Amino acid sequence: MLRLLQLELQKLLLNKTSKVLIFISFVLPFLVILLSSIKINVFGFFTLELGELGVFNFPIIWHLTTFFASQFKFFFAIVVVSMIGNEYSNKTLKQNLIDGLSKKEFILSKFYTIIFFSLVSTILIGLISLCIGLFYSSYNEFGIIIQEMNYLLGYFVKLVGFFSLCLFLGMLVKRSAFALAFLFVLYIFEWIVFWGAYEAFDSTDTAFKIKNFMPLESMYKLIDQPFQRIAMTKFPQKAELVYDYAVHWYEIVIVLGWTALFIFLSYRLLKKRDL
Amino acid sequence: MEPILTINNLTKKFGYLTAVKDLSFTINKGNVYGILGPNGSGKSTTLGIVLNVVNKTSGNFKWFDGSITTHDALKKVGAIIERPNFYPYMTASENLKLVCKIKGVDITKVDEKLEVVGLLERKNSKFRTYSLGMKQRLAIASALLNDPEILILDEPTNGLDPQGIHQIRQIIKDIANQGTTILLASHLLDEVEKVCSHVVVLRKGEKLYSGRVDEMISSHGFFELKSNKQQELLDAIKNNPIFGKVKVEDDLVTAFLNEPLSSEDFNKQLFKEGVVLTHLVQRKESLEEQFLQLTDNN
Repeated sequence: MLRLLQLELQKLLLNKTSKVLIFISFVLPFLVILLSSIKINVFGFFTLELGELGVFNFPIIWHLTTFFASQFKFFFAIVVVSMIGNEYSNKTLKQNLIDGLSKKEFILSKFYTIIFFSLVSTILIGLISLCIGLFYSSYNEFGIIIQEMNYLLGYFVKLVGFFSLCLFLGMLVKRSAFALAFLFVLYIFEWIVFWGAYEAFDSTDTAFKIKNFMPLESMYKLIDQPFQRIAMTKFPQKAELVYDYAVHWYEIVIVLGWTALFIFLSYRLLKKRDL
Repeated sequence: MEPILTINNLTKKFGYLTAVKDLSFTINKGNVYGILGPNGSGKSTTLGIVLNVVNKTSGNFKWFDGSITTHDALKKVGAIIERPNFYPYMTASENLKLVCKIKGVDITKVDEKLEVVGLLERKNSKFRTYSLGMKQRLAIASALLNDPEILILDEPTNGLDPQGIHQIRQIIKDIANQGTTILLASHLLDEVEKVCSHVVVLRKGEKLYSGRVDEMISSHGFFELKSNKQQELLDAIKNNPIFGKVKVEDDLVTAFLNEPLSSEDFNKQLFKEGVVLTHLVQRKESLEEQFLQLTDNN
């Protein structure tokens, strides 16, 4: 396993473009979170300090940081599709197999890399959230800090799921640009499914429940948007703001199911293909 | 003899097209094999199948004694298919280190093999800056990294300039002299003739011949003769039952043998009959002539 990971890391880290993209996808979210946590003086008119709004309180900070950081996953998605696209365009996939890598090992080396980077990203997000939280949060009891740390698990599963989807699309169309376009097509397709379900059952709730099983939506649903929740804490009397924002076990199961399917299909595709 | 690769009734279909049809042959240790055949005769497809990149339709093959999986067997094989494929953004030595990791070979081999192909001083240049000849030599270095039991080369001199072709051939010969089994696919017959002891001839995916190069067609060779008395020479040949077909082109007479005959005996005989030769060459058919004869007959 370490051997396969090393292989892929060498391929990625010696490539300037992917190195830059990896750097961006890791550093940018931290910069944004860090910047938002410091006191900003807007041209002397007023000072903006998000910390004062209570958004960096435990446990809500876990929700907030993972939500924002996951918006940056697209940069690493480019790395994932191009690490497949390049293998095809350089014909190095063929050469790797001739050199004695099995098709299974090839897919696994990509998958391990996805897990590795998702894990690193999760750990970093966890650490930075902890630091900011300890600095700003009004509640510092251990019990409260570890509450809702399952957002980190949600974040990790979300990344692994999304990158596995990218891996599969990369294997399917062999070209990075088309693979990214396919992501967009899938996004539209999910809304068509939503619309179809709405027409069939005449209920938005049912339509959303069906859409929640779709790959992109299920990954999105893992970490719901936190704005409504922040509003909830400000206006606790407004009942219409209440919504279900937790990371549920069945949401994780759905995404893990998709992940397994995407990796399996990538392997099947490669196995059936003549190179 | 110890078999390295055994192929049994291998067939590959691409839709309606049958690229390889019921092919069987064995590669034994220590010989230098050539796979001959015109473009599109199924050479590369056959190699692709045994190298794990093309899926077979039916039949089977086994590496060595068949006890290890194909991808593990390939770790003991060195192969180059068509074009050299490397990561353009890595340097030569980084590329080879990656191959070492795949094959499970110690990375100290990298410099040693770069030395063999004469690329040691360029080892820190990016692969994309290499010329085609250098890329092909790097591919050979890569194939040699694991000190392979068998080296498989598919059209190794395609697209190279004369110096490049010469360098590659020299490297192949050196490797063959060290006793490494080589399988060389090519449509360049003189290339195969110069290095191979055994050949497999393919046409449209079917095997026409497999065996030693010099036994490809049953022939005892021929004489190329010139004499100032051409008519007497022709009469002498016609009266001798040892000779079969005779060809005359201007003053050059080509006489094909039905039985073995040494040039010394033949010359003595003619001299006795009063025919003095100005030109005498005894030859066997070149591989090209044999190949054309073989593909014509079928």
